Amino acid sequence: MWSDLLPAFFRGTWITLQITVESVALALLVAIVTGIARLSRYRIIRAAAAVYVEVFRGTSLLVQLFWLYFALPMFMNVQLSSGAAAVLALTLNYGAYGSEVVRSSILAVPAGQTEAAIALNMTPYQRMRRVIFPQALVRMLPAFGNLQIELLKGTSLVYFITLADLTYEGMILRSYDASSTTEIFVLLLIFYFILAHVLNSAVRWFERRAAAGRS
Amino acid sequence: MLWSWDYTLKILPGLLRALPITIAATLAGFAVAAVLGLPLAMLRRSKYKTVSLATRWAVDFIRSTPLLVQLFFIFYALPLYGISLSPFACGVIGLGVHYSTYLSEVYRAGIEAVERGQWEAAVALNFTRAQTWFRVILPQAIPPAIPVMGNYLIAMFKETPLLSAITLVELLQVAKTLGSQSFRYMEPFTLVGLLFLALSYPSSLLIRKAEKRLNRRQSTRR
Repeated sequence: MWSDLLPAFFRGTWITLQITVESVALALLVAIVTGIARLSRYRIIRAAAAVYVEVFRGTSLLVQLFWLYFALPMFMNVQLSSGAAAVLALTLNYGAYGSEVVRSSILAVPAGQTEAAIALNMTPYQRMRRVIFPQALVRMLPAFGNLQIELLKGTSLVYFITLADLTYEGMILRSYDASSTTEIFVLLLIFYFILAHVLNSAVRWFERRAAAGRS
Repeated sequence: MLWSWDYTLKILPGLLRALPITIAATLAGFAVAAVLGLPLAMLRRSKYKTVSLATRWAVDFIRSTPLLVQLFFIFYALPLYGISLSPFACGVIGLGVHYSTYLSEVYRAGIEAVERGQWEAAVALNFTRAQTWFRVILPQAIPPAIPVMGNYLIAMFKETPLLSAITLVELLQVAKTLGSQSFRYMEPFTLVGLLFLALSYPSSLLIRKAEKRLNRRQSTRR
């Protein structure tokens, strides 16, 4: 029985992993840019970033996914592939959550650090790049680790737009053989659990590296 | 295709009618999570190593696997063992159990914030274990945790669209049905998004306010 199930599970795992890694990378970028934009000295930039964050945090991920996949084509005449819609929705949603982490971590760096950097005649870019951000990053990592697990769990929603991820493969298998429903779902949960732990240990490793030489 | 206000007004009442189900599922799920989260937090502090480790493992497992798969498990696998529940009951149990693991962490943080001296004082006063928990520790641990719990209430509200997967006719399911009847998806899905935003954003502002007030009160007490 296991030999019938496992190939489909591995196919699904591959898709889930791809979506997760792509979305995590893009969401990280969006989070850093938005988080810094929310602390900009220009009011318009701050406001635009705040609107983006509140809209994507205030609505549901699944609603955003449906909107991008079903509603956007009617509005703009572009049909995103299911993979692109999935990555875009996950990126925008978790990018918004991540930007709050970036923002609060930057604010938590003591003001004396900024003052010292100014006294050393650093430009605003140098201050952020060399002094503030490296210190803020150490504070961000644990929260990013949690968000990454949330994102992994969020990828299961791509099942709704018929992208063949782990959850979707499980549901297909179940439709062939309803009597092994329990085995399929238990196996699904175990697969996600293992994936989460692999991602988690990656972040832990990175945390240790980033904290090296600091106390 | 441009936005049609006529169509918007036509579908709005149908969507609003689905709102009570969504809210009921959120509140019922939150009640389950709040009731279940507390014993989970207390069991993690058990003096029996097996109990605390087993709790920790269970919380970790439920937290790091997707709610959607858990819902499917409750909806499709449990009936094989003679437990057939309505989609609403499945949704409430799924949401409740999943978020009880998050709330147990919130309770745990609250419990750990209670000073050691309080435990020692309870021992000195010859309180039983139950008295210590319910008369000394929890009354101090729970109030500061309430705003954080509010954040999870909002998070749960935003998870309710998942319940459409187990055939519960909630907001998103109604929008999907409306869209497939008219082949217009723009208006229903945008309206659902706006309804979520209209409810969750003001609530999150309220919680932020409550958090600030609590922080101020705690800092003046010290």
